[in-house]
Amino acid sequence: MKLENFTIEKAHKGLMKKEFSCTELTRAYLDKIKKENKKYNAFLTLTDKLALEQAKKVDEKISHQEKIGPLEGIPIAIKDNILVEDYKCTAGSKILENYAAPYDATVIKKLKKAGAVILGKTNLDEFAMGSSTENSALGVVKNPHDISRVPGGSSGGSAAAVAADECIVALGSDTGGSVRQPGSFCGVVGFKPSYGMVSRYGLIAMASSLDQIGPLAKTIEDTQVVFDVIRGKDNLDSTTIDLNSKFKASASLASIRGRSGRQGGRNSKPSQTWKQVPSPKFQFQNLRIGIPKEYFGKGIDNKVKEVIEKAIKNFEKIAVEVKEVSLPHTDYALAVYYIIMPAEVSANLARYDGVKYGFSTMSNEQRTENSLLNSYLKTRAEGFGDEVRRRIMLGTYVLSAGYLEAYYGKAQKVKALIKEEFERVFNPSVDGVDILLTPTSPTVAFKIGEKKDPLAMYLSDIYTVPASLAGLPAISLPCGIVNKLPVGLQIIGPQFADDLILEAAKLCEQSCL
Amino acid sequence: MPSISKKQVEHIAKLARIELTEEEKEKFTKELSSILGYVEKLGKADTSKAKIIAQITGLENVMREDKQQKTENRKQKVKKLLKEAPSKKGDYIKVPKILE
Repeated sequence: MKLENFTIEKAHKGLMKKEFSCTELTRAYLDKIKKENKKYNAFLTLTDKLALEQAKKVDEKISHQEKIGPLEGIPIAIKDNILVEDYKCTAGSKILENYAAPYDATVIKKLKKAGAVILGKTNLDEFAMGSSTENSALGVVKNPHDISRVPGGSSGGSAAAVAADECIVALGSDTGGSVRQPGSFCGVVGFKPSYGMVSRYGLIAMASSLDQIGPLAKTIEDTQVVFDVIRGKDNLDSTTIDLNSKFKASASLASIRGRSGRQGGRNSKPSQTWKQVPSPKFQFQNLRIGIPKEYFGKGIDNKVKEVIEKAIKNFEKIAVEVKEVSLPHTDYALAVYYIIMPAEVSANLARYDGVKYGFSTMSNEQRTENSLLNSYLKTRAEGFGDEVRRRIMLGTYVLSAGYLEAYYGKAQKVKALIKEEFERVFNPSVDGVDILLTPTSPTVAFKIGEKKDPLAMYLSDIYTVPASLAGLPAISLPCGIVNKLPVGLQIIGPQFADDLILEAAKLCEQSCL
Repeated sequence: MPSISKKQVEHIAKLARIELTEEEKEKFTKELSSILGYVEKLGKADTSKAKIIAQITGLENVMREDKQQKTENRKQKVKKLLKEAPSKKGDYIKVPKILE
């Protein structure tokens, strides 16, 4: 069975036409992973039993001539910081190496309900902290385009799995670029929804005000199918958004909708509203595009810049206007991120104490003899890797007495300026644009072991962090090749304009081919 | 360049409940100093007019009714949670002594 470039649509049609059964499809992927995992190390756990049970259900439905949903029977991989009941969830850390999830994350509940076939759990930087997946306590992931290079991170396992055709689609999580940057490095689509679009219940927390689950896929259409299943308000995550009420309040988006002639509200399923539009060209004839000049300054690889500029040129044929815009505080975004994110990390990771669950240095007998403090100190020293400890300590420092206002307070203020700045460039009443186009990363995938200095590693997220801080939807899609390695184009949209940027990405996908 | 001293690193490591070896103390002092040096650039940003956003989507006090909710397979759930505890006795998680 040929699995190369298999999309949801192709697999769905194949299943319906009985070209292959879902069990055959699932087994083909499981076999491929087993054969290749030594090479790429994209998977940490296979969920064979769950996958084959689900596949059987789908086959029964098909044999009874029942209709199946768009995601039903579709093999999907899950980043190993999202809980799948009864399976190990390691977060790429020694401290959770033997931890089994006692419940399903909301996104997993939704995927199971939609009939998706969960193949396994993918490798990641420990607790999603990193940009190369070299920080995994369970081994480095290799980039399928060149195994001497990193797949990006932290969702490197998910991105590599999609790129290597070890699954059709995957879920990752993005805090400062962890879906988009590996998507860019592996030549696949990586989408970070607006903050609040997808429930974080059952996602192992890193920085709660920034974390968002998002799909990685080969096409925008596949991305949309997965997004439509996982999105929506969830009572178990109070930061999820009720779209109906929020959309009415969003002035900038209302105007986009008005200009592009989009009908109807959010009562029906959003993507269905979009799909009713006959021609995307017609839909987007009034699209205004902004190119933020700060994303093309020093630090960007010249060849990457050329590829991005060429992709932007393609948009000029479609859009009514492509113009340069300025987001002057962009240069501060990474510094803001490296205060706010570790501050939240230090609080979120306090729960790993060797008492309730996870790795513990204390044996049963020692527990009564040793002090509690000693148990904490040793468990966390042995259980956490360097990057995690670095961020916990950095967060502890910036929140400590005497430094709180100077670091955390200042960072929150600059974050507000960054958000205001985005709102201004998207504001239609002051000649704003609908979307922004930028590079996803300043370089193509770098060599394994190349970035030993933590700060140098942090800089590879310089173009993805601003949208995260402002809670905006952003997507990376392949738009060209430099030295045989993929380059990603990033599209950033106004808050909650997730469907708009997905449709815009589709236009680019067609023109980049 | 603002830097963090080894003594400060020892202090925050203790606050964060992480034991460090002498070698690690040196390493983290250097690395944390370099990161703090980088974030220092925020000092140049004029924030006199900035209004802090408490929550990026503008949510405030998300409340729900204070009502008891039913958990399906409660016993099984409890069992699964307890199974993850490093040390236990019966249905209790065993913890180190905190009073001498």
